[in-house]
Amino acid sequence: MRIRIKFRKYGVMRFIGHLDIMRYFQKAIRRAEIPIVYTEGFSPHQVMSFAAPLGVGIISDGEYLDIEVHDSLSTEKAIEKLNQMMVEGIEITNYVQLPKGAGKAMAVVAAAEYQVFYKENDLDSMAFSYEQIRNGIDQYFHDRNEIVITKTTKKGERTLDIRPYIYRFQAYQKEGETGFSMLLSAGSQENIKPELVVQDFFRYFGKEYDKYAFQIRRVDVYAEASPEDPSGSRFLPLDHFGERITQEREQVNG
Amino acid sequence: MKKLALNDEILLKIDKPARYIGNEVNMVKKDPKDVDIRIAMCFPDVYEIGMSHLGIQILYDMFNKRADVYCERVYSPWPDLHQIMKEQHIPLFGLESQQPVKEMDFLAITIQYEMCYTNILQILDLSQIPLYAKDRDENCPIVIGGGPCTYNPEPLADFFDLFYIGEGETVYDQLLDLYKEMKKGLYSRKEFLHQAAKIPGLYVPSLYEVSYKEDGTIGSFEPVCDDIPKKIKRQVVEDLTKAVYPQKPLVPFIKVTQDRVVLEIQRGCIRGCRFCQAGMVYRPLRERGIDMLKEKAYQMLKNTGHEEISLSSLSSSDYTHLEELLTFLIENFKSQGVNISLPSLRIDAFSLDVMSKVQDVKKSSLTFAPEAGSQRMRDVINKGLTEEDILHGAGLAFEGGWQKVKLYFMLGLPTETEEDMRAIAQLAEKIAERYYEIPKEQRNGKCQITISTSFFVPKPFTPFQWYSMRTKEDFLGCAKVVNEAVKSQLNRKSMKYNWHEADVTVIEGILARGDRRLSKVLLEVYRNGGIFDAWSEFFDNDRWENAFASAHINPDFYTVRERSEDEVFPWDFIDTGVTKEFLLKEWHRAMEGNVTPNCRQQCSGCGAMVYKGGVCYENTH
Repeated sequence: MRIRIKFRKYGVMRFIGHLDIMRYFQKAIRRAEIPIVYTEGFSPHQVMSFAAPLGVGIISDGEYLDIEVHDSLSTEKAIEKLNQMMVEGIEITNYVQLPKGAGKAMAVVAAAEYQVFYKENDLDSMAFSYEQIRNGIDQYFHDRNEIVITKTTKKGERTLDIRPYIYRFQAYQKEGETGFSMLLSAGSQENIKPELVVQDFFRYFGKEYDKYAFQIRRVDVYAEASPEDPSGSRFLPLDHFGERITQEREQVNG
Repeated sequence: MKKLALNDEILLKIDKPARYIGNEVNMVKKDPKDVDIRIAMCFPDVYEIGMSHLGIQILYDMFNKRADVYCERVYSPWPDLHQIMKEQHIPLFGLESQQPVKEMDFLAITIQYEMCYTNILQILDLSQIPLYAKDRDENCPIVIGGGPCTYNPEPLADFFDLFYIGEGETVYDQLLDLYKEMKKGLYSRKEFLHQAAKIPGLYVPSLYEVSYKEDGTIGSFEPVCDDIPKKIKRQVVEDLTKAVYPQKPLVPFIKVTQDRVVLEIQRGCIRGCRFCQAGMVYRPLRERGIDMLKEKAYQMLKNTGHEEISLSSLSSSDYTHLEELLTFLIENFKSQGVNISLPSLRIDAFSLDVMSKVQDVKKSSLTFAPEAGSQRMRDVINKGLTEEDILHGAGLAFEGGWQKVKLYFMLGLPTETEEDMRAIAQLAEKIAERYYEIPKEQRNGKCQITISTSFFVPKPFTPFQWYSMRTKEDFLGCAKVVNEAVKSQLNRKSMKYNWHEADVTVIEGILARGDRRLSKVLLEVYRNGGIFDAWSEFFDNDRWENAFASAHINPDFYTVRERSEDEVFPWDFIDTGVTKEFLLKEWHRAMEGNVTPNCRQQCSGCGAMVYKGGVCYENTH
């Protein structure tokens, strides 16, 4: 059976890169004695895949990995067992069974939601106040039909209109955090990094962007919802595509 | 959220920030305010190397079992961070609390190889602790050294307050209890060190005075007060089955050199190879009980989630219950996706059978360490491995499907002739010929024989401690002879020859048998930017040569000089159990080409029997 796990990454764990997070989960799953499926051969490895890599320095409330298991505890018990094996800075928040034929996390990613906020919530040191950001977004985003940026890739530079890939762009203020909130295209189609948008916002207003002044948080990762989905939303979080495993189901499977 | 010692800007700029943030699985968390004693345990090399060291895992676990102690870890900041810490005056910190080392009670440094000595100065400097012990005041941590290089700690003597000679599991409690006692009263640092010097195995260099003869050798080495021992007795765990061993080792986030569970099956060695310091100073061989090892293997795999386990010892084939242990590991863990990584085993039918179960035969290679090419030379070094053993083992392996062989040798050994050097290539040739005896249809293309040579460094407490080391030019000459001999073999296309750098070997030789006068050289090298000298990309031979010149020290005194049999060596104040008389007897036997039987064949009276355990008493139970 296939399982999708959702987790948070915060605190000092933001300095652990994607490959090391994968290694971390391989070992954590062994410690939690989750009956994961291994590949055949002399060096068997766990059947595990992650949704979308998260850059070093970024925190997240919505990271996902898919695993294949022989059988499973209930969602509640599995979360508890896994969380006993976690270090501070990684917290399992969901554990659902995927229906047959569900796409791999990596393949279905379509959008990601981010908050980009000042590390020091101190008006004097901020280049933009909350109000300025709100007004600025009107000018920068809502009033324009295209936002052409120069993207530097391994192959060189290319220009790109990112306007169609920004699904939502708003000012953000909550619990002492001030900055930007945005829903961006993600995955294999066009992967837009939040830093690119904020950096271009600064450039547009002729201000210098200091990347160390901001903390980026990925809020969640989404896939396209089916048109028949009762929610009517265009995007749904990745764990929406699986089902919680109840105590009764656990017994049936076990 | 925990405050890190380094800010985000620094952590995002440097390579591998995970080296500096702590928080690993199984990290011990305590409130520093709740303990009486804080220890910074340091491996003076980069995180990935230091985290792979078993000794630190053992001591970390042992110290933190005490409720009154918090032991944290410290590794050498990589040059990128080193520069930032110097520029911004950021004090070196413990990974656990992220607080400065200088605020702790002890800085304990394990000294594993000579080429990390400059990194020790880096650690002290970045910690903002005075480099010389004599300049430290009451507020500085007590700097204590341990590990293999403390069998001659003299080049580092001026930088340390204390050295711990022997195995860490034994007298640390006494030292910590004494420290706690003294912290309550109004005792000075000096008084504490004086009391500590009375604990067996502890050496306080400032309480010993050295005088030199006109020829530069040691005239006398005496304690400055008469209530401390003249000789420091190496401390040894008598029963390793009962000794502490971690149950929940740390699991790093980044890939480290030893990314697996390490199970130390025994300590010491029965073999008595004459070049090998470990084989002499860790005597007697002591095995851990099979039941304890099974239990620890299970617990450690469960608590770490590692997908690999490796056995550790100097000569695993000598472990009495090896077959039972390997069978247990394979039967219980192989099906759970755990790799069993085998230590270098004697190649025979049993080990090949085990290896074929745990390795992909086509990809893996066999390792032999004959150490010398000719039988004559192997007799001199007392390496009890014959050409027949090697060819027989290789033959079995080739028939089992292996085709890659690695061979390790040393060059610059005592009495070595060009003939001995050429014998290295000839041995490789015989192995290749053995491979091609297999019918063509049954073999898998060419065989690959990799020959590696290192240059021999005579070490203290070995029979070769009297030997005058070869010069750099000699070394390179030896490598040239081997290289040409390899090229003239029939099957040269199946062979590859690698040799080591000679420059760094010479420096290693100087430091290995050096004395207190070398401290100023180390300091000079460090002041001129020398760190990570164990890393070829950072080692700078000119920097060392200039430092010797400016300190008016002739390096030849420590390397190529002939040593007389009655010379007082800088390390003679240490009593390892193995007597100088035994070592000298072995030196003579080496010159005569006589082999000495291993401890299980016959006791040769080395002296290690004074420790009441291990192989010396095997037949008495």
